[in-house]
Amino acid sequence: MNEVIKAIKLSNAQIAWRAAQDIEDGAYVNLGIGFPEMVARFQPEGQNAIFHTENGVLGFGEEPKEGEEDWDLINAGKKAITLNPGAAFFHHADSFAMVRGGHLDVAILGAYQVSQTGDLANWSTGKGGVPAVGGAMDLVHGAKRIAVITDHVTKQGDPKLLDTCTMPLTGVGCVTRIYTSLAVVDIEDGQFVLRQKLPAISFDDLQKVTGAELKIKARVDDLIAPEL
Amino acid sequence: MDKTIASTADAVAGIDDGATILIGGFGGSGSPIELIHALIDKAPKDLTVINNNAGNGHVGIAAMIEQGLVRKMVCSFPRSADPRVFTQLYLDGKIELELVPQGTLAERIRAGGAGIPAFYTPTGYGTDLAKCKPIEEFDGLMYVQERWLKADFAIVKAELGDPMGNLTYRMAARNFNPLMCMAAERTIAQVSRLVRTGEIDPQQVVTPGIFVDGLVEVANPQQEEILNQIGAVYP
Repeated sequence: MNEVIKAIKLSNAQIAWRAAQDIEDGAYVNLGIGFPEMVARFQPEGQNAIFHTENGVLGFGEEPKEGEEDWDLINAGKKAITLNPGAAFFHHADSFAMVRGGHLDVAILGAYQVSQTGDLANWSTGKGGVPAVGGAMDLVHGAKRIAVITDHVTKQGDPKLLDTCTMPLTGVGCVTRIYTSLAVVDIEDGQFVLRQKLPAISFDDLQKVTGAELKIKARVDDLIAPEL
Repeated sequence: MDKTIASTADAVAGIDDGATILIGGFGGSGSPIELIHALIDKAPKDLTVINNNAGNGHVGIAAMIEQGLVRKMVCSFPRSADPRVFTQLYLDGKIELELVPQGTLAERIRAGGAGIPAFYTPTGYGTDLAKCKPIEEFDGLMYVQERWLKADFAIVKAELGDPMGNLTYRMAARNFNPLMCMAAERTIAQVSRLVRTGEIDPQQVVTPGIFVDGLVEVANPQQEEILNQIGAVYP
């Protein structure tokens, strides 16, 4: 089963592409560091979101050319960025006022685990080492939509969508939609609601690699992403 | 009024053993590297350092930790491209860590500077980082009580400064710096260019001089990212 899934699943770029299709023109968006940063590359033609980063920049653009980095102009992942016209700088308390105050339209984060009630675990595996949380616990509160992008299963083939998270939580009941390597799943009334799935996987097989019941409320569309 | 100080060594002269210090910057942007290095030269011990991170490589805050100045870090993200110095001491149980969500860290410092002893935030509710903290329901949602964060000293980096202590910041180097200026008994800024009083347009001032006690000019300041690219080690 795990081998079959590895053969058909979307790549990270394709998951990021799918998430990008739902971002409206002019939306204020925060992308978590790492994998979620990829979403910015796949905005549909003519749809331009305004990207927020925790360290006090709104309206940043692509990464600069090598050798043109300015290290006073970085994102929350400490990577060099550039500015789009209309960008603004502000201090950290204002930056998190934008987050907690409900001013962002969308936040997209990675996940270790997501529960059917919308709990998110993405900051600590609970196994020791040096804990680090950054802005993740703030970001899961306040944005109008909190989306997660993730592989549907772990490298070992275990479900990442569960009835209850077993790892330390980042936030309780915060996630509204999950874009996985196999499906698009909404969280409504404490349940996973299947919206789209890859045509190459049957509903029964998808259910087998999902750790809680997948509900069907309306037609389930095919999840089709371009080769990237 | 003239708050200018002649040297970075003079600027940190009052920072003694056991002090709590807010250090501005996010990664290398806005990090007062020269003031940090002057502090390493003075070598006070048992410091508590508040910064978003726990240093990178072998300069700045990482060098402070490596040289044994720091007893405790208060930060949100003690990881970096090269966090070996902090990581090893932490895993050996030789340095304390208070982990604070980034927005809560910023707001605790702001509250400290604004005379607000505690506030409620949704951040962290139901997580390990809110254990043992008071919780309260407001309008049907749950919130966590967080307390203000204040310090004996703040050391920050700014772009322009004048003798009154008015400051401006360069791009995203602003980050925690204006908040930290407000929350310390004594705030010291290194400025990349010291200008005459009246030369900063009052409309452009980000940190009003009332929050700043001393400032020292460090022209062409070093940048942590560049120092780490060349493998710099301080001292």
